[in-house]
Amino acid sequence: MARYSIFSLARHALRHHEDWPRAWRDPQPKPAYDVVIVGGGGHGLATAYYLAKNHGISNVAVLEKGWLGGGNTGRNTTIVRSNYLLPANARFYEHSLKLWEGLSRELNYNVMFSQRGVLNLAHSDAQMDAYARRGNAMRLNGIDAVLLDRDGVRDMVPQLDFSAAARFPIRGGLLQPRGGTARHDAVAWGFARAADARGVDIIQNCEVTGILREGDRVTGVETTRGTIRAGKIGLAVAGHTGHVAAMAGLRLPIESHLLQAAVSEPLKPLLDTVVTSGAAHVYVSQSDKGELVFGGDLDFYNSYAQRGNLPAIASFTTALIALFPGFGRLRLMRHWGGVMDMTMDGSPIIGKTPLRNFYIDGGWCYGGFKATPGSGWVFAHTIANDAPHPLNEAFSLERFASGHVIDERGAGPVPGAH
Amino acid sequence: MLLIPCPFCGPRDQIEFTYGGDATLTRPDPATASEEAWAAYVYLRDNPKGPHSEYWHHHAGCRAWIKVRRDTLTHEISASAAATAPLAGEAGKP
Repeated sequence: MARYSIFSLARHALRHHEDWPRAWRDPQPKPAYDVVIVGGGGHGLATAYYLAKNHGISNVAVLEKGWLGGGNTGRNTTIVRSNYLLPANARFYEHSLKLWEGLSRELNYNVMFSQRGVLNLAHSDAQMDAYARRGNAMRLNGIDAVLLDRDGVRDMVPQLDFSAAARFPIRGGLLQPRGGTARHDAVAWGFARAADARGVDIIQNCEVTGILREGDRVTGVETTRGTIRAGKIGLAVAGHTGHVAAMAGLRLPIESHLLQAAVSEPLKPLLDTVVTSGAAHVYVSQSDKGELVFGGDLDFYNSYAQRGNLPAIASFTTALIALFPGFGRLRLMRHWGGVMDMTMDGSPIIGKTPLRNFYIDGGWCYGGFKATPGSGWVFAHTIANDAPHPLNEAFSLERFASGHVIDERGAGPVPGAH
Repeated sequence: MLLIPCPFCGPRDQIEFTYGGDATLTRPDPATASEEAWAAYVYLRDNPKGPHSEYWHHHAGCRAWIKVRRDTLTHEISASAAATAPLAGEAGKP
């Protein structure tokens, strides 16, 4: 792999940027691999990278039905945080956040990770109490958390409506200073380039259409580019986990739902943190291109459509304007939808399945992007050792039947409610 | 925008409705069901990519629960019925 640096940039600038080498190969699929990863998004590519780097397993293929990062990796709103209450979530997401902090150097690829902070707004005394509790839990788990009062929020985000007539009066907020955003495409490309350099075959335009089983063991996949045998198979297919697992005969505690997001026209810098409001059901940040990136709730019905309906957009846009009245002057530039695999407790599933050599990394609900490096790290460990790492053993598929659910919101087995 | 054909009120805008989830599940008999059967009923779903039978509550209309067959890939709605009635083409399960 030709390393990127200021010197390589200068050298290529002198050649008018006409002969940059391609960042990863475009190999034909081999008949068999030690490990096949289904899904060439951030999670699948990170898994392949850590399989090669941490576990010395490089006879690996990543199969992607479209192009790299064309699914939920390219559809999310790029927020990275670890502000969780429950210990299993806190430990796992904090591990992921620590990997983010060194990721650009690790991959020799600028993922544009920007620790601009994630601020959850509180609009009532009860919410302040809840955030004090969550902030304390975070600090006990070694995660940074700052409880802000009304003036503290006003100092950070004066654009919010602090008037007496505000629809959502600001009481305070919980800030995670180390949270922030990253460039989503760059994460996929960076992991792809680094995995490819370690010998991983990245195969695009290769859709898995069937999973080969012999008894309780999986042995390979049928794809649009032929049959590929595999010693082990890992699924990292985001919103399609239920759909692909059904090819192997598994029913999962997952419903696929629709989540929309939108961006405004680009503006000069005016919002230097991520602001969320659970009460108003909206969150917003400003991208490096200047667009306000915002979203809110699910559309609340099962869907694989990757396109949504107006009521959800109207709901979160109305909430955004209620919080930031000045944003009402802006024009909406784009909106889009993605498929979320919503689990029955709102937490992911990373681990083994009832089938031998078959592993699942899915059920990411709203929050898969921030988990990308951590998820790949623990999933690679799980596949390599045929056993979960302590960081992901709580996220097992069996936890539902055994009653060990990780229900951060306490919403019960209603996937759309998490 | 989904236009949901309520069997009692006719076609109505989706914002009048609340989603109620998979309509194909049958509650196990508490007297005889195993723990596995309960876990499957509470947690496991077919989650199809295609036609899906599902409940909706017409909360801002007639307030009845209804059953709808909707394609999860195209959002096309092909049938609706009262919650206790079978959908067109469905076996006569209540």
